[in-house]
Amino acid sequence: MTQPLIAVLDYGIGNLSSAQKALVRSGADARLTRDPGLARDAAGVVLPGVGAFGACMDALRAAQLEDVVYESVASQRPFMGICVGMQMLFTSSVESPGVAGLDVIHGTVELIEGNVRRPQMQWNELHIENEDPLFKALPKTPWVYFVHSYSAVPKDSSVVVATCAYGQNLTAVVRQKNVVATQFHPEKSAKDGLKLLHNFVSACS
Amino acid sequence: MEVARVIPCLDVTNGRVVKGVNFVDLRDAGDPVELAARYDLQGADELVFLDITASSDNRNTMIHVVERTAAEVFIPFTVGGGIRALEDARGILRAGADKVSVNTSAVERPQLINEIAAEFGVQCVVCAVDAKRTADGSGWEVFLHGGRTPTGKNALEWITEAVQRGAGEILLTSMDRDGTREGFDIELTRAVCDSVGVPVIASGGVGSLQHLVDGVVQGHASGVLAASIFHFGEHTIAEAKALMSAQGVVVRPV
Repeated sequence: MTQPLIAVLDYGIGNLSSAQKALVRSGADARLTRDPGLARDAAGVVLPGVGAFGACMDALRAAQLEDVVYESVASQRPFMGICVGMQMLFTSSVESPGVAGLDVIHGTVELIEGNVRRPQMQWNELHIENEDPLFKALPKTPWVYFVHSYSAVPKDSSVVVATCAYGQNLTAVVRQKNVVATQFHPEKSAKDGLKLLHNFVSACS
Repeated sequence: MEVARVIPCLDVTNGRVVKGVNFVDLRDAGDPVELAARYDLQGADELVFLDITASSDNRNTMIHVVERTAAEVFIPFTVGGGIRALEDARGILRAGADKVSVNTSAVERPQLINEIAAEFGVQCVVCAVDAKRTADGSGWEVFLHGGRTPTGKNALEWITEAVQRGAGEILLTSMDRDGTREGFDIELTRAVCDSVGVPVIASGGVGSLQHLVDGVVQGHASGVLAASIFHFGEHTIAEAKALMSAQGVVVRPV
């Protein structure tokens, strides 16, 4: 099998290399890049993210990668957002009032409510609400690693394909056509996470 | 649903794991990456590497360990020891660590917590606190340098301040229990867990699997850290989780 070229967008924040390394382990020729040309040539694009929503949006815009995201989404090639990379796809976040999100998926990102510790920094069980190619060959209830204090609330709830229970039911995975996004870190979720990334890589082939 | 984490801790110096790690049929027990991969396979939820020499010469060696681990091990890991400045944190995180743990430098210059949190997010910042019961028994004091240096700081007050400054997690070690194998200081653990809203990892004193259960059930800890009971092959992560689960603690199945 040839290894599909996957562009992991590098806009200089935190630990982005883990996603790239896990994609390589999952069969991709994954490269950390801020080169729009390489992103255009790639079979799939991944937008990772850690830290605060506003800081990530600012960094993404400063790296001039915002248009690359829009182009990739519009091209119908597989696109994946991870953690804050998922949150940035939404309209806005209460974490950073006044900062516009990418608005690829309509909805907001809200503080996790309830009598629970924040951040949710733990493994949790995924509840699959709608079958998706991303979950192929995964156990019925996969275990994955979350780190977040805020959680996406899509306007159209039918984009939610998996949730997790933490104080309330939180959005864990969304799917909108070629765009898929996970609140958890598949690159840090051991075998279930690697399998999920492998499914994404397969969709890029 | 809160899910308790089981976290082995590896002490590293000059790129090798020390404090005698003795795993059955492991070819090279001193290689941190090999040990980390073993714990990943066993079902550990996270790992902590503690760079116990942390001289500046050693810094590049640790970065190399972090890079190799990130390419081989796909569970979260924290690196602590010798992170004195934002630059140190940046190097470790860019190499592939998920979190950095600060201890002495944060006590000496608390602003360091704000700086790392502002740049990388609160989820990257673990504040490690070594606490010892005061002579009059009224509370706990923060100690530095492995329990040798008293600071005069009240542990609960310092932890509250660290969280306000942006620590996303507390790694709490009882210096009274560390190395004793008598179990966590439950009173200390519970006092801290009940006073902050961020996750707290209990550490210091684990000698049996029951101690791990007690840390969560009685101490209210979000995670439990242990070294020797796992390193010497006395117990596996699976055994730990089986006992925790049997006593009602929710854990990720192995």
